[in-house]
Amino acid sequence: MRRIWAVLAAVALTGCSAGTSTAPQTHEVTLVTHDSFVVKDGLLDEFQKATGITVKQIASGDAGELTNKLVLTKANPIGDVAFGVDSTFASRALAEGVFAEYASPEATKGAQRYQADTSNRLHAVDVGDVCLNIDPAKLGGVEPASYEDLTDPKFKDKLVVENPATSSPGLAFLLGTIAKFGENGWQEYWTKLKANGVKVVSGWEEAYNQDFKADRPIVVSYASSPSAEGGKTKAVLSTCYRQVEYAGVLSKAKNAADAQKVLDFLLGEKFQAQVAEQMYVYPSREGVALPESWAKDAPLPASPQSLPADKVKDNREAWVEQWRKLVQG
Amino acid sequence: MALELESITVRYGQTAAVSDVSLSVGDGEVVALLGPSGCGKSTLLRTIAGLEKPSSGFVRWDSSDLAGVPVHRRGFGLVFQDGQLFPHRSVAGNVAFGLRMHRVDREERDKKVLSLLELVGLEGYADRRVTQLSGGEQQRVALARALAPSPRLLLLDEPLSALDRALREQLAVDLARLLREAQTTALVVTHDHDEAFTLADRVAIMSRGRIVQVGPPAEVWSSPVDVETAKFLGCNKFVPGSFVGLPVGRVGLRATALRVDGAGPLEGTVLERVHRRDHVRLLVEIDGEEYEAVGPMSEIGDHVRLEIDLDGVARIG
Amino acid sequence: MAALLPLAFLGLFFAWPVLAILSLGLREGGVLTALFDGETWELVGFTLGQAAASTVVAVLAGLPVAFVLARCRLRGLGVVRAAVMVPFVLPTVVVGLAFRTFWPDGGVLSIVLANAFFNVAVVARTVGGLWAHTDRRAEDAARALGASRPRAFLSVVLPALAPAIGSAAAVVFLFCATSFGVVLVLGGSRYRTLETEIYLRTVELFDLSGAAALSLLQFAAVLAVLVLGALARRRRETALSLRGREELARRPSGGEWYVVFAALAVVVALLTPVVGLITRSLSTRDGWSFAGYAALATRGDRGTLAVTGFDAALNSVRTAFDATLVALVVGVFSAVVLVGLRRSGGRIAEVLDTALMLPLGVSAVTVGFGYLVTMDALPGDFRTSPLLVPLAQALVVTPLIVRMVLPVLRAVDERLRQAAATLGASPLRVWREVDLPLVGRSLAAAAGFGYVVALGEFGATSFLARPDAPTLPVVIARLMSRPGELNSQMAYASCALLMVVTVGCVLLIERLRVPSSGEF
Repeated sequence: MRRIWAVLAAVALTGCSAGTSTAPQTHEVTLVTHDSFVVKDGLLDEFQKATGITVKQIASGDAGELTNKLVLTKANPIGDVAFGVDSTFASRALAEGVFAEYASPEATKGAQRYQADTSNRLHAVDVGDVCLNIDPAKLGGVEPASYEDLTDPKFKDKLVVENPATSSPGLAFLLGTIAKFGENGWQEYWTKLKANGVKVVSGWEEAYNQDFKADRPIVVSYASSPSAEGGKTKAVLSTCYRQVEYAGVLSKAKNAADAQKVLDFLLGEKFQAQVAEQMYVYPSREGVALPESWAKDAPLPASPQSLPADKVKDNREAWVEQWRKLVQG
Repeated sequence: MALELESITVRYGQTAAVSDVSLSVGDGEVVALLGPSGCGKSTLLRTIAGLEKPSSGFVRWDSSDLAGVPVHRRGFGLVFQDGQLFPHRSVAGNVAFGLRMHRVDREERDKKVLSLLELVGLEGYADRRVTQLSGGEQQRVALARALAPSPRLLLLDEPLSALDRALREQLAVDLARLLREAQTTALVVTHDHDEAFTLADRVAIMSRGRIVQVGPPAEVWSSPVDVETAKFLGCNKFVPGSFVGLPVGRVGLRATALRVDGAGPLEGTVLERVHRRDHVRLLVEIDGEEYEAVGPMSEIGDHVRLEIDLDGVARIG
Repeated sequence: MAALLPLAFLGLFFAWPVLAILSLGLREGGVLTALFDGETWELVGFTLGQAAASTVVAVLAGLPVAFVLARCRLRGLGVVRAAVMVPFVLPTVVVGLAFRTFWPDGGVLSIVLANAFFNVAVVARTVGGLWAHTDRRAEDAARALGASRPRAFLSVVLPALAPAIGSAAAVVFLFCATSFGVVLVLGGSRYRTLETEIYLRTVELFDLSGAAALSLLQFAAVLAVLVLGALARRRRETALSLRGREELARRPSGGEWYVVFAALAVVVALLTPVVGLITRSLSTRDGWSFAGYAALATRGDRGTLAVTGFDAALNSVRTAFDATLVALVVGVFSAVVLVGLRRSGGRIAEVLDTALMLPLGVSAVTVGFGYLVTMDALPGDFRTSPLLVPLAQALVVTPLIVRMVLPVLRAVDERLRQAAATLGASPLRVWREVDLPLVGRSLAAAAGFGYVVALGEFGATSFLARPDAPTLPVVIARLMSRPGELNSQMAYASCALLMVVTVGCVLLIERLRVPSSGEF
């Protein structure tokens, strides 16, 4: 019963509940992330011991939801530093002025290779590639090696992809085909895919957990996914589209000085060393060792497809709409 | 006066259910509010209980205004037509309810419940479920429940009309005895004049939201204030007083006003006969007018002589 | 005065945030363009159509179950009562996947059936609650007058149950009209509803004006349905003679056995996906294994989660408890106020009644984003407060409690309360001595049901829950979104855990008897 009164009292009277204070003198930094953010046990405690900064996390939704949250609350942000805005949404976050400029000393140790622009507001923390994954056992030794192979009748009714309107790997795959075949060629390619029996589902969960495990041995997933399957699946490295995940200090951060230290931490060696194991992505920092199984099962694709962020931002809705008419119309 | 009503008016929107009613009930007195259905008598009762707010006028108890006193502080008992017993409580639980509300301790409560059940003739029913009782039994429980906290005024809203005739007559007598013995101050709403006259010390006749006549039962019965009241009290024929040899303007005749009697002054022709338990009802033509009359069970010819029985005659006004 | 508490709660945690986010969208302009888009109206049509179809299926499937729960004296009924609740808590993505094993390509039929699957419990519970208290004599009288059993049902029982059926249908319709996960998973990419489109526009496309336009439409559609429902309910909720269940329940006889079998069939159908799900939690590429269950004590494969599965379960139980308490307080207050208002004038009562239902008809994402742009104005920056989770859940639970308690409360004869008052009971005492015992069973059922809804709530919870305090549905969704067999097995094992927790809680709540309600 006491809990209820606590709840009601908080609502009715003061709204003050323990743990929501954000005064800077407590050296607390709120890190806002998407819900896939995971950090190795003990690492944040270590950081706290070294710097005196306690990191409080707020995590929910995907990159899109996160970006939108940051935009909506930019005047009075819910945290100090954010991680998880990806290359699809970076332009928007930058245009809305969500992030503050901060030239992190750690940002020049590899992260600069993936930077969204030169304004030093967003820094690449990790890169992840969306690639076709295949289950060789089910394909009986005949494996696709390129985008074009998928239109081959050999692979009829073998491919499942996610809807680019509702799924971020689905969108990445579409963008990859646009990058590969050009703005004038991708539609023809998809027409052929459709003729070859491509199946579209709304999310990665269904595609990967259901169709891929059943009768669709080719699926759109991540370059890193095979590392979780013990070598039973593999990624087709010529069909990858690169997504970069960024972090930045929020413009109206209440505790900007400490937030900058947290950003340095995200780009620093210790954090970078565990992103592969924890989040199935590749570190942005140079010279960070990958787990052993990754070298074998999930090497980083050498030359993935990519599109300029501005172009994605401007055309995304139109492309998805065209895709919808083409594939589902 | 214990209860005093002064110029009570109760409105629902535009229509007045009760208009300008004044009435008083003395300590230990039983007053019946008698009238046809829809005349506003139940509304008046509910207003006294505090369940309705009068739009004007005063309800007073021992001269103090009850306007700000909520229902549960008035100390009035209320018995509904259909009992309204608490279905989730036993007979004893129902009777004890008011005592519990008034924090009577358990021992005393139990004693009182038993004595009340005895009073209403339901010894041994204490643990029964109320849903298993007959209508008459339910009504007795309702009465015991209302009496239990010793209300300073008992309000009875058509307490017997949901029961069948035989039971009603029996219970009316019981109730009358009970009210007298307990010296209860009570206000009974009813549309049945037998019930009203059995129970009440005084009768108030209501019609269209107003009280038109108040008086002892015998007075109201023999001298209704107007034709409408007389009709409500069983008169079906209205004639000049001279017809029955009285020096008054108009009188109302009930069926029992004319009796077959060989020595009677009136002469008539029988048109219809209806046999009743112990008498015969007749429709008789006298001087071209039709009248109701009663006669003995013995064979009655087509031509009869009729005697006037003044007990069946009501003086209007 | 008493109306202030529910209104304040609704105003603060619903109207204000929703209006704030809508006005943001409206300020951007372009709402009219979206409204005049033909595709928008297709969306509206499909949304309402599938919701209506789902509601019909859920009502038809729920009635026999309600009958059995309310009227039959049979062994093992308690288990059935709890089992019916299980579908309600299952995460939509899991159920969606289960349905896809039967309909690999999804489609309208599977959407309708899946929506109905979730909502049979609403009908069984709401209708069963009233049915259990409805006097059997009217029905017996009709039978004695020569009405056949179906005829007696149609002409006597059904009208008496109409308010509860209306209530249940309204709730189910709202749930179906705003169902998100089911449509996403089973609609593939062909079928979209207002809800999925609002989510898409808000979260992925940042098209707040488009989302606002669609939200307004959703609002209007929901409101229209609610008003229709209110009209249908009007004057139906009359004083019934309420009775204790013990008196009314009896062994089924004759044709009633067909109804019992129908109910059994419904229960079996409800449990089929559940069994499939348990099978999946045990099977791996290499045969049967309890690895998923063992993993519940861990934080998932390579620390996918910030807490263990069991911690999440504990957190679920606690959060749902808070949410249910808030919802009970607000809901019971509202119901009492509604009963009182109706006595003194119907208009305000109807408006409040309808307003209370609205939270069910608005996207979780709209409410969630609304919180982001408003709750910082509350002291202590409420946007990130852990209290927001139970409060948001309570928003969904409250209308259900009102809908379940109100019909029974209205069926209590006003004169019973008046009798109690004349016997010296103050208004509060009248509530305790008369209303509470009479609606006690319904209230307990409503609390149990509300609790389960809170346990299973995903939309708002996933938006608001903090990573160190996720609930089980949030954990399941998270595990499902990760590669690795162990994660997916742990996800299914978490579903099983969620079901166990649900059944356990329902059984526990059913045991709790409201004080002094006796056998009623």
